Amino acid sequence: MDLSALTSLVISWQSLVILAVFGITLLIATYSTYAERVVAAFLQDRVGPDRAGPYGLLQPLADAVKLFTKEEFFPAGSNRALFVFGPCLAMTTALMASAVIPFGNTLLLNNGDVVRLQAIEVNIGMLYVFGVVSLGVYGLMIGGWASNNKFSLLGAIRAAAQAVSYELAMGMALIALLMVTGTLSLQKIALQQYDGLWNIVYQPLGFIIFIVCAFAETNRTPFDLPECETELVGGYHTEYSSMKMGLYLFAEYINVFVASAVMSTLYFGGFSFPGEHLLYNSLTSSQGELFAHNVVTILGTVVLFAKIFFFIFFFMWVRWTLPRFRYDQLMRLGWTMLFPLAILNIILTGAFILFFGSKAPKLDVSKEAAPTEIRTVARR
Amino acid sequence: MKLTNRSKHMEKKPMTLAERAYLPAILTGMGITLKHFFSKKATIRYPEELRPMSPTFRGLHVLKRDEQGKERCTACGLCAVACPAEAITMVAGERKKGEQNLYREEKYAVSYEINMLRCIFCGLCEEACPKAAIYLQADKMAPPRFERDEFIYGKDRLVEPVDPNARSKRGIQLTAEQAEALARRMAGMDA
Repeated sequence: MDLSALTSLVISWQSLVILAVFGITLLIATYSTYAERVVAAFLQDRVGPDRAGPYGLLQPLADAVKLFTKEEFFPAGSNRALFVFGPCLAMTTALMASAVIPFGNTLLLNNGDVVRLQAIEVNIGMLYVFGVVSLGVYGLMIGGWASNNKFSLLGAIRAAAQAVSYELAMGMALIALLMVTGTLSLQKIALQQYDGLWNIVYQPLGFIIFIVCAFAETNRTPFDLPECETELVGGYHTEYSSMKMGLYLFAEYINVFVASAVMSTLYFGGFSFPGEHLLYNSLTSSQGELFAHNVVTILGTVVLFAKIFFFIFFFMWVRWTLPRFRYDQLMRLGWTMLFPLAILNIILTGAFILFFGSKAPKLDVSKEAAPTEIRTVARR
Repeated sequence: MKLTNRSKHMEKKPMTLAERAYLPAILTGMGITLKHFFSKKATIRYPEELRPMSPTFRGLHVLKRDEQGKERCTACGLCAVACPAEAITMVAGERKKGEQNLYREEKYAVSYEINMLRCIFCGLCEEACPKAAIYLQADKMAPPRFERDEFIYGKDRLVEPVDPNARSKRGIQLTAEQAEALARRMAGMDA
């Protein structure tokens, strides 16, 4: 491969998209911290941070400066390497998950190139997200273990137990969804909802199970037992200070963002919005196909972000409404309610498909051709 | 024996399906919090925004001037004696020739300091003053500062301005004629 081919591989529209996804994920996580404080304040009849910059918009910056200038503390008898590795792992896994989320359809360029608004398209996107998010719990476990503190250890144990029990129900909910869609690729699931109803119509119960489990997976109230301040003084991050602490908090917000994006994509149509075909057709007749496609794509991205922001707000809304579950309540809810419900959901979905037919294409792996609308841009 | 009739007989019934599902209760709760999201906020953004205060509120002190713009204080020290927090210190001095338009009487306060961190805003200085020179204003407070020495208020921050329009609302007020005369004299001095 010569140099120009290499540069065209590295500096392409697709790499720009990857950079943008990375940047947007971090930016949204940053401003989630601000949004959390403002939402919390508003729900409690306060106004929240408004001193740093207009409307307090520079508050995340001030927080970051504060965290960076704090003392880097290592507790006595801690495992230093693991102590550093914990927050790194939490952050890495959180960031990895946003790679496969389709933030829009494709953009068509004048020279015939196609740019996917998605960092990487993998045909097992759903599994990938699920796997990577599950890895995130190792960050909490390692951090809690390496701290040499019983509160941290208890938090870590709770995190692990909670993740195991809720991942199960979550996976079951996803299986029911998989039966409806017939594909694991997030982009294809989004495209399927382009014409027709969103998946929430086919999977209302599945969605409720999924969102409850998503709360547990992201360690948000009412399932924030791994870090509950009243019992465990902060749980797994009791001993953390400075930016290592910041990374844990940041990872949580990235997880919230990813969970919101996944929920929007799986159940709420992703980047599709009502009336897109009408818009596409009218624009095609007046401005040409290329223009129409790009406009619909960009609008779709905007709509997707609106959906994501709603879910992020929803996470915060619930957090400042509900108290925390007790540990036994958490386990009982997970194992005796959500898990059987998820199985019931699978059976119901199966019966429904059997009697009323499926909208999913017949699963035929051998014949599944390379998707035509997805061409890679990098050429040799 | 029942002490009051307010006690209520409670029955422990098994929960209904809706109660056990927990979701309806959650939705009600979220409705309540959402109502608060759009409700009027209780916050008062303090330095920019002040809460309405009673006309008898005892806030920041002011050293009054008389109808001709002369300082009323004669540095008798009664306020400092009355002060239970020992927040007031002053240095008395004799008025020189040519300073008649600055000080009302022959003795005056060369320096007059109130430590606002010591002051308890009881108003005893105001009651002790025989010359109607010191008052606690209802509409001003000692604003927050970062340094302690910034809370020691000297004459530069305590004495009210000569300008009749900028006078404090507490204490003996100027009549319309007096204010007009003073304004005319000030205009004459400027020219």
